[in-house]
Amino acid sequence: MAMRDQVEKRRRQAVGRRGHGFFHKRLERIGRAVESPAHRKRPMASPTTTTLHTAYDSKIEGNVIVTRVDAAINWMRKNSLWPMPMGLACCAIELMATASSRFDISRFGMEVMRFSPRQADVLIVSGTVTYKMALAVKRIWDQMPEPKWCVAMGACASSGGMYRSYAVLQGIDRLIPVDVYISGCPPRPEALIEGLMKLQKKIEGEESTMAQKKVFFEDRS
Amino acid sequence: MAAADDVKQLRELFGTNVLETVEFRGEQTLRVELGALHEVLAKCRNELGYEMLLDVSSLDHFGDDPRFEVVYEIATVDDSKRLRVKAMVAEDGSAPSVTDLWAGADWHEREVYDMMGIPFAGHPNLKRILMWEGYPFFPLRKDFPLAGRPSEMPDVAFTGVAPLEGGPFVTCAGGEDTVRREPRARVLE
Repeated sequence: MAMRDQVEKRRRQAVGRRGHGFFHKRLERIGRAVESPAHRKRPMASPTTTTLHTAYDSKIEGNVIVTRVDAAINWMRKNSLWPMPMGLACCAIELMATASSRFDISRFGMEVMRFSPRQADVLIVSGTVTYKMALAVKRIWDQMPEPKWCVAMGACASSGGMYRSYAVLQGIDRLIPVDVYISGCPPRPEALIEGLMKLQKKIEGEESTMAQKKVFFEDRS
Repeated sequence: MAAADDVKQLRELFGTNVLETVEFRGEQTLRVELGALHEVLAKCRNELGYEMLLDVSSLDHFGDDPRFEVVYEIATVDDSKRLRVKAMVAEDGSAPSVTDLWAGADWHEREVYDMMGIPFAGHPNLKRILMWEGYPFFPLRKDFPLAGRPSEMPDVAFTGVAPLEGGPFVTCAGGEDTVRREPRARVLE
């Protein structure tokens, strides 16, 4: 028992020392930038004794971020978009290429392709949507939990493409709302990545909390 | 024995039921009466060695009577000879199923039925294969517009009319320049 206390005490001391020194170094660095050149010439006898201009608590510094809830939520959402790959035609091949090592959408936190709509955030409709498939796509979209986004990848998903035909839905936007349209037949992986980055930009600007709580706020006021 | 000899033999055997034989660039085509179609194909399958059914397709001679035509492409397994057998089918008539001769005819005949609306008598499972059950049209018929027609099957599927924007777009293979070759809306001569 005594030995464990001893160990714990030492550990705390070590952490405390490291933490203290670390923060003071950082403060010193920040301080230097604003100090006058004359001030900088002063010999740095003991940097740890530099007086600070505000009440400073080393225990919480670095653990606090001041931001808006919307900004924080959007930041989290846009960097972990889990796509639902709706591969219907040749665009799906490019989608697979985008996910694999050469193009690698895991750089954007999107590598987690989910084949269950319940776990997906963004539906990537890649390919020709036939009428026979259309309601299945709609059903998958309906099964995805909010918040969710839809990317129409390629000419066919955007507008029916070259299939002006009795069998092809003339654009998936006739059934479900689309956030980003990507041109190309099929689009290159770079184009898909740009489309997804556009979607990230769009998510950044969303007022998610406000929009979700709108009814609530209206009821309260 | 080459396909030309088979054609000769079939002609002798079936007499007036063989309406016409055509040889074009080594391809043998046989036009037969619809009533003798199954018999002719059975002979080809069982005795002449045409063990493989490559395709069953259909034509719509809109305005003519009889309106439809079914086309069977058959071949030997070693592909040493090929034969094309055709027969006319009236609009309210039906073609005999050849699923008893070639099991592979099953889906081919379903496709013909789905797209052209020709029923096959004796088919074990004659239902639509590409479109869904309940789709009211036969899209490959000449009187069906390329843009499609609206239809609605609640919870199954729906169709709409595709915008053709002045089309249908036609490619001219022998055009002088790219503008004339590429697919554009133009009136066919």
